[in-house]
Amino acid sequence: MTTPHEAVIGSTGLDHRKMGVWAFLGSECMFFGSLIATYLVYKGRSLSGPTPHEILNIPLTSISTFVLLMSSLLMVLALAAVQRGDALGARLWLFGTPFFGMIFLGFQVYEFATFVREGLTLQVNLFGASFFVLTGFHGAHVSVGVVWLLTLWTLALRNRLTRADALIVEIAGLYWHFVDIVWIVIFTLVYLIQ
Amino acid sequence: MTRGVWGWITTVDHKRIGILYGVTAFVFLLVGGFEALLIRLQLARPDGAVVSAGTYNELFTMHGTTMVFLAVMPLNAAFFNYIVPLMLGARDVAFPRLNALSYWIFLFGSLFLNASFFVNAAPNAGWFGYANLTAKQFSPGANIDFWVLGLQILGVSSLIAGFNFIVTILNMRAPGMTFMRMPVFVWMTLVTQFLIVLAFPVITVGLILLLFDRFFGTNFYNPAAGGNPLLWQHLFWLFGHPEVYILILPAMGIVSEVLPTFARKPLFGYPVVVYSGMLIGLFGFGVWSHHMFTVGLGAVVDSAFAVGTMLIGIPTGVKIFNWIATLWGGRIRLTTALWFALGFIAMFLMGGLSGIMHASPPVDMQQQDSYFVVAHLHYVLVGGSLFGIFAGLYYWWPKMTGRMLSERAGRWNFWLMFVGFNVTFFPMHFLGLLGMPRRIYTYAGGLGWDLWNLVSTVGVFILALGILVFIGNAVASLRSAAPAPADPWDGRTLEWAVSSPPPEYNFRNIPTVHHRDELWALKAGRAPVEAAPPPPREIHLPPPSFYPIVVAAGVVLAATGALTHLALVVAGALVVVFGAYRWAFEYRSSLGGGLRPPSDASPRGLRGQSPRSSGPR
Amino acid sequence: MIPGPARVILLLTSAALLLAGCGLDSPMTTVEPKSDLGRAIHELFMNISGWALLIFVVVEALLIGVVFAFRDRPGREEPRATHGHLGLEIAWTLVPVIIVIAIAVPTIATIFKTNARPPREALAIEVTGHQWWWEVRYPELGIVTANEIHLPVGRAVSLSLKTADVLHSFWVPQLGGKRDLIGGKLNNLTFTADVPGEYPGQCAEFCGVSHANMRLLVVAQSTADFEAWAGRLKAPPAPPSGEAAKGHQAFLAGGCVACHTIQGVAAGVLGPDLTHIGGRKTLAAGILKNTPDDLARWLKDPPATKPGALMPKLGLTDDQVAALVAYLRSLK
Repeated sequence: MTTPHEAVIGSTGLDHRKMGVWAFLGSECMFFGSLIATYLVYKGRSLSGPTPHEILNIPLTSISTFVLLMSSLLMVLALAAVQRGDALGARLWLFGTPFFGMIFLGFQVYEFATFVREGLTLQVNLFGASFFVLTGFHGAHVSVGVVWLLTLWTLALRNRLTRADALIVEIAGLYWHFVDIVWIVIFTLVYLIQ
Repeated sequence: MTRGVWGWITTVDHKRIGILYGVTAFVFLLVGGFEALLIRLQLARPDGAVVSAGTYNELFTMHGTTMVFLAVMPLNAAFFNYIVPLMLGARDVAFPRLNALSYWIFLFGSLFLNASFFVNAAPNAGWFGYANLTAKQFSPGANIDFWVLGLQILGVSSLIAGFNFIVTILNMRAPGMTFMRMPVFVWMTLVTQFLIVLAFPVITVGLILLLFDRFFGTNFYNPAAGGNPLLWQHLFWLFGHPEVYILILPAMGIVSEVLPTFARKPLFGYPVVVYSGMLIGLFGFGVWSHHMFTVGLGAVVDSAFAVGTMLIGIPTGVKIFNWIATLWGGRIRLTTALWFALGFIAMFLMGGLSGIMHASPPVDMQQQDSYFVVAHLHYVLVGGSLFGIFAGLYYWWPKMTGRMLSERAGRWNFWLMFVGFNVTFFPMHFLGLLGMPRRIYTYAGGLGWDLWNLVSTVGVFILALGILVFIGNAVASLRSAAPAPADPWDGRTLEWAVSSPPPEYNFRNIPTVHHRDELWALKAGRAPVEAAPPPPREIHLPPPSFYPIVVAAGVVLAATGALTHLALVVAGALVVVFGAYRWAFEYRSSLGGGLRPPSDASPRGLRGQSPRSSGPR
Repeated sequence: MIPGPARVILLLTSAALLLAGCGLDSPMTTVEPKSDLGRAIHELFMNISGWALLIFVVVEALLIGVVFAFRDRPGREEPRATHGHLGLEIAWTLVPVIIVIAIAVPTIATIFKTNARPPREALAIEVTGHQWWWEVRYPELGIVTANEIHLPVGRAVSLSLKTADVLHSFWVPQLGGKRDLIGGKLNNLTFTADVPGEYPGQCAEFCGVSHANMRLLVVAQSTADFEAWAGRLKAPPAPPSGEAAKGHQAFLAGGCVACHTIQGVAAGVLGPDLTHIGGRKTLAAGILKNTPDDLARWLKDPPATKPGALMPKLGLTDDQVAALVAYLRSLK
């Protein structure tokens, strides 16, 4: 191996780490696919308790969805900044992305707390169980992404993120966009189509 | 290479990791085998009293779980690790530290799972733990908790290795090694890794739902609250069926290497064998409900899965014909490795045929959950996977250890295992046809089951004797003085081009490949003669690291916390985060400070190794 | 090549295994079906086995033959490097496809036949699985019993299968295949027995510590015998006298009423209905014979006989046990 974080181009022309993250995202598709399938299998099968119709607040969740989508835009800007060596831009967008992510998480926390207050818990019915497990694991993935991006932001702050690090920023971006796409699927299937 | 125990703990060398996997897995093969001996002793006579009902249920559960996850999969991994980079003409895998992480998580996960015995709470609901027996209501002890957490840990290990080997095989092939020039073992490994990456997340979710049911009071699998126990079966088998191909494809890859070598002919129909492997992997995702034919899915669903399952028999059969055609017209040397490969073909065929019977739902109505299935699964997993693994052991032993195994002892090893295996498992077909269900700790006399159970028990001791012969052979080999040559079998693939064992850096110069079976072409003088480039002055290898074992320890600490105290979960998570951060910044010289791995001192390592020439970074 | 001793073992083993095929005699055998369902399954099984045997013989012979014919001997030349042959690949792909079709077609036909709706005149029986016993009800006849099913030969029976707790599987091999008992799902097994006899069965889905002890008995009888049995079971039990009356008192005083039903006496629902336990052929879900000794053994310490049994050790004296045995055996 040569100096850290420099691209290691392999037989396919791709860097090892980029290919690795795609393989990881493939497994994540199956992971979220199984959680979503579970939610769909139990849709309408709760024996009691709050129903999606009663509990879900589409206008509110639309706002948080929009925020998450915007964070993906900021991620694109972050990568572009790092690629052209724009230190200020890198710092700005590498903070903005996880910041928007944290706003999304804030909305999620508020939403979950409200649902619990209104009687939707993990235990009360199948909707509660499948909803919280699905969105909870998604939120956990967003949280990991936030920590990851804030770490990159710290590097940028200390002027330790150079053009040569574009690849690791791109990889963080791939993860972040994936998590965003999963949310779009969840938002559509859970909130919009009832 | 770093000295001593610290060297092994911090190693990121794929060859050392392969040895670690192999030794650990072999120990668990013996553990699982011991569990089998107890099972067979209990069933040797009707109304057996060797072990209690509760203990028996733990034994058959742990036997299955151990053999699948702690023995066969990691034995396969031992070969992936040691051999695949060599076959590719690479110096290591794509992510050496991640490779070490996979091993340490596997080791700690295995210890965690087996620790359950010491608190009298070993898993006891079968290796596939059907809901809703696994609910807290019906399994109040920690047995199932150990099972769920243990499997999650092991799943992480396999997934990480999956990412690693996919990138390694796709991206680290030597120049000129197109996909259709890769050895079949590498191809089968690649398909296996894709299966792992796509199947394990499904059982991860199934286990998460069970975990939530048991720990947090959800009702995913609780019919009283509208939950469906069949959801578990679907999620489990969506993983479980690809899992059996994960177990068998590497063995098929090994056989595809061993046969051409000892027949001195290329593999017949290489592209067809490769495509068959891919088709088996792909179709493997579409047949899961053939494990559920007695559930009452309905005629249409049963028919669809029946046809799909029968269709998988076709690429499998095609492989067998191509293997036989490889032998045809060859000059066959009957080494022990070849005996095991032949045994694989013979036994796997039988397992495949009983499988085709199961594929017919009406017939399966009788066979499901009976000893007929136990016969089938052991023919494919022992007669198939294990025999394939033993073929690999005998074949690659010289390369990995620098010593030869005794062929004479090898023949005793093979025949004892072959005869013992058949005496143990063939009668189980009869027991199944005679109506003996699976997973019963005892049975009544007078049902016609006594004789075959006794015969089967005798057989398992013959099989065990065969395994002991192997251990004796291995120990004697490691103690003997005669070193193995680089190419003891007149091999065809690149691993035989380097010394036995290889130097730490594998190849002085990364080879350029022009053919399938490149080494064979080189030896036959068919490769273009090019001036050998001068060997590099320095070969940079990834330095050792101890963050893999740290992160692995954190993972298992967190799992232990789930069974004991939340504080340990938090502690474990913090260890993981700490380890991951140090890992991520390990190579960044600007970070400075912190622990640096001890620098390389003098050449050491596996016996017989030539002096290393890797320089520190 | 093959060491001497191994050769001998191999020969003996092959002989033994081949001879073993004739000898699949057992009250739980699957290859001597006594019902229409069993026969349909068996026919299909023989069909597929025929193909399997053919493939086995041909391929194993090829394998062994090739190894013998082409093994290395002094003076053998280097083999030609054949890489493949399209014609062969096509041939040995097509032949398996044909065999698959030959197996799949009768399979699908039999699947639909065995999944057909039960005929309207079928005798309805409801089976509910419990850890570790079988609750049996005949809704049209008003009969409740446990662990033993009687049915008339020549008439279709339609078993509705459900569970009260975990997964179980209903399997009486001589009468056909099995069907699982699954929480939240109602399954069905329909067949017509054609030979009178007693057919043991067993739970075939691991259901906990005493899974091995969840057995049952199916008694196929002539219509006359069946109706006699049904008549006996519909009737309330005869009032007990003598020792049995003492047992009746012990039953009432001993807490048995909390779990068991005896028509006109007790209405517990946790354990099997005991109204006509005296007339059953086995006890404790088929693991004991219905004899005074075995019944006494059960009453004294149920978990010792059936690990995990929910019926506890009641600390009964020998006198109480004897009285209860007399009482229960009087409930025919």
